[in-house]
Amino acid sequence: MATPVIGRRVLRNEDARLLTGRALFVDDVQLPGMLHVAFLRSDFAHGRLKRLDVSAARARPGVVAVYESADLGDYSKPAPLLVNPPPIPGHVFHACTPLPLAKDKVRFVGEPMAMIVAESRYLAEDALRDCVADIEPIDAVIDLEAALAPGAPLVHEHLTSNAAAHVLQRKGNYQQARQAADLLVKRRFLYDRGVAAALENRAVVARWEPRAEELTIWDTTQAPIPIRNGLARMLGLLESQVQVIAPFVGGGFGPKIMMFYPEELLLPWASMQLRRPLKWAEDRQENFYATTQERGQVHDAEMALTRDGRVLGVHDVFLCDTGAYDPYGLTIPINSQCTLLGPYDIPNYESEFTSVFTNRPIVTPVRGAGRQHGVFVSERLLDIAAKELGIDLVEIRKRNLLGPDRFPHNHEIMFQDSAPLIYDSGNYLPTLEHAARAIGYDDFRRTEQARLRAEGKHVGIGIACYVEGTGIGPYEGARVTVEPSGKVRVATGVGTQGQGHFTVFAQVVAEVLGVAVEDVRVVTGDTREFHWGTGTFASRGAVVAGSACHAAAMSVRGKILDLASSVLRVAPDRLELAGGRVRVSGSDDAGIGLGELSGKANPLRGAVRPGTEPGLESTAYFGPDRGSTASGVHAIMVEVDPETAAVAIKRYLVVHDCGTMINPLLVEGQIHGGVAHGIGNAFYEQLVYDEQGQLLNASFMDYLLPTATDVPPIEAAHRETPSPFNALGLKGVGEAGCIPSGAVFAQAVEDALSGYGLEIREIPLSPNRLFELIERARRP
Amino acid sequence: MTVPLTLVVNGVRYDREVEPRLLLSDFLRQDLALTGTHVGCEHGVCGACTVLFDGEPARSCIMLAVQADGHEIQTVEALAGPNGELNPLQTAFRDAHGLQCGFCTPGILMTMTAFLRDNPAPNEAEIRDALSANLCRCTGYQHIVNAIKLAAGRRNTAGAVERAASR
Repeated sequence: MATPVIGRRVLRNEDARLLTGRALFVDDVQLPGMLHVAFLRSDFAHGRLKRLDVSAARARPGVVAVYESADLGDYSKPAPLLVNPPPIPGHVFHACTPLPLAKDKVRFVGEPMAMIVAESRYLAEDALRDCVADIEPIDAVIDLEAALAPGAPLVHEHLTSNAAAHVLQRKGNYQQARQAADLLVKRRFLYDRGVAAALENRAVVARWEPRAEELTIWDTTQAPIPIRNGLARMLGLLESQVQVIAPFVGGGFGPKIMMFYPEELLLPWASMQLRRPLKWAEDRQENFYATTQERGQVHDAEMALTRDGRVLGVHDVFLCDTGAYDPYGLTIPINSQCTLLGPYDIPNYESEFTSVFTNRPIVTPVRGAGRQHGVFVSERLLDIAAKELGIDLVEIRKRNLLGPDRFPHNHEIMFQDSAPLIYDSGNYLPTLEHAARAIGYDDFRRTEQARLRAEGKHVGIGIACYVEGTGIGPYEGARVTVEPSGKVRVATGVGTQGQGHFTVFAQVVAEVLGVAVEDVRVVTGDTREFHWGTGTFASRGAVVAGSACHAAAMSVRGKILDLASSVLRVAPDRLELAGGRVRVSGSDDAGIGLGELSGKANPLRGAVRPGTEPGLESTAYFGPDRGSTASGVHAIMVEVDPETAAVAIKRYLVVHDCGTMINPLLVEGQIHGGVAHGIGNAFYEQLVYDEQGQLLNASFMDYLLPTATDVPPIEAAHRETPSPFNALGLKGVGEAGCIPSGAVFAQAVEDALSGYGLEIREIPLSPNRLFELIERARRP
Repeated sequence: MTVPLTLVVNGVRYDREVEPRLLLSDFLRQDLALTGTHVGCEHGVCGACTVLFDGEPARSCIMLAVQADGHEIQTVEALAGPNGELNPLQTAFRDAHGLQCGFCTPGILMTMTAFLRDNPAPNEAEIRDALSANLCRCTGYQHIVNAIKLAAGRRNTAGAVERAASR
């Protein structure tokens, strides 16, 4: 085989297009005769929609159509449920998905009530001001506990409470563990909402071509194929009449896989009604209201330990804010529930959650997808227990890690993919030791911290472990074709939002076929190119689609060897693929180029053997039984000014294990971005709602995304424990960077202010909030 | 109602009639089909829409097209060579993996084009300070900082070689 390219820091194939402004994003699509759309949205979080008067908007010059719910006819149906709950015995789940346009009732600020189509975006937005919505306000449901109190206003009045779901999962017997314990620590933990804040807002362009009877949709989606299939069903078209293209997408981070957003349902429908192409591009303020969000949870958790710090069990009861509707099922709280177990040996576990409807925007996964919460709870409980037992913070973790001989490890509960939570492989202790060593933990504890404190500097370290369930099924596919030019084309169904798929899939195929990475052209996210697959989520692109690319390339390799063997009259096992050619191993013979061979595989005349498939092309699929479990440790050093609560991050390091790395440079990029997102979540980003559900900081002026001066240089180190679940040993890496950030941040700030009696049980920890907590600790 | 607008974009003079309320970003993207300039927030914070306005970085999403009357604009499309060859800053971004989704990248390239012109040998703190004018959600900024260091370093090395050769 040629020089390996898997594992190399290969530069990206897609960059030239992005760096020159040539890459196509959805909002760049301009079509002749295109109309523009604006949505009239509710200003109230909760209210009865008594009357909507859009007559003045309809009369405005330049307005082509205005649709309210009644105008949609049969098309006005609740959106499909995107993820069915896993079959956990005894679970309760009330599916409530939104109508395309609100009817009778509004349930969150930003819920769309009418759709305006005009000759320009400016005119469509002008017409928004012509509309009159008579909404009778109802008290908003915001606080999770108040939402469940008897007599609380109901978000969905056909239900008897605001509980959207209830799930209890158990392993072992927590009550027995509790009785055997030397120490119980019990606390309440809060984790609040933020936005995903992809720099590109959502956008949809839809074009119905009446003569061809074909619908083309450009959509900023992470899941173009399910969008195509669902739209075809709802619009009464064949799947093959609908093409969905997710071209370059400017960041996803989860919310771009909500299926279906009202805008995704309405533009294609209206394009068929009006027989003209339509575009809608979300603005940033709309993004704060109308794009899904995540993270609101309240945990009441207890950990039972022996006096030497061994965890006997954990009991957790939590509430999870699902927002006004719950189209994404139970993915987030089940991730929280499962990820709490982390890399630890926790023999007894009881976890119970209630998902709660509120009058806030819909909750669907955002990078991390509930895993943060579980890690925050277990890591904080370990910290608190360590302090009570007088055990070092790293030592208590070491004592509880699963050893390398414990894999596969069955946690005996069910994961979000409806498969048992079984870890495939891992080697946790060396990762923790690596991180502790790299941050200088022992010296810091022995001498350095005290020395700095004597200089008046309040410096602390946080160190936290996590696992991430990645690379889940059901499946993805890929088609690999050697073209007559000798270049290779790869088509796969997953959407791409900056992860580097054009490069990592090319690396996988290039290695198998012995061609240059830049000679492999990858096409993603166009249903005409490949129409089987599910999408980009759960850190699964490289694992699942990457494995499908590998399988398809291996099949093409087989075809190449077969054909070359008959052309060159040499046994296949004597042939090698390198430099875009097949030749006899170890010979000086030129062999034959892959392009020429592909021409021979597609003859214009003559006869072929029965059963011959033309070309050097194969399609293959990969569907794992279950996901592969990545892991890692984050360590952070911060300096806190106790007078101002200013926190300076002195160091941030990540030791990460995502199995075999296809491209370490891109893995580091994923980690850096995740950490920055995590730092934002932990310290800067919070959606602030008032008691009536009004968002008070719906702009980048008021909602603070971390900038280059807020994110420190991030030191990343890698360990590779291959997954046995796929041929290349891959595990996902997309979300890991932001999972333990809250936990390390809280621990480090507490450590920096040791002696202040501060115990941090909430995230985000904004500068203001930390100031309050410090003041409260000083003056109890 | 429209008003006349004359301006130079990427070296080409345009004479157009535009609505006075038309944003400069929309004019560039829609009227001139220069869609490399991206719009991320429409309130002047994220910096994705940054263009050079008479050589200085400006947010095209909070300017009106008519404000550019008689002025010269450069967009990301002006950076590469006639056959699409990446310029040294673009090359450094590729070499250092300074972009992921690439949506914020055009604005960052324009901000940094002016920054490196004014400060050819910046230190990391100066780079981060200048870069804080632009938001990126994908990269965590580190590889962008590395790219800018790389571009500055290569230019200074090349400059030193040139100076040595001319002595």
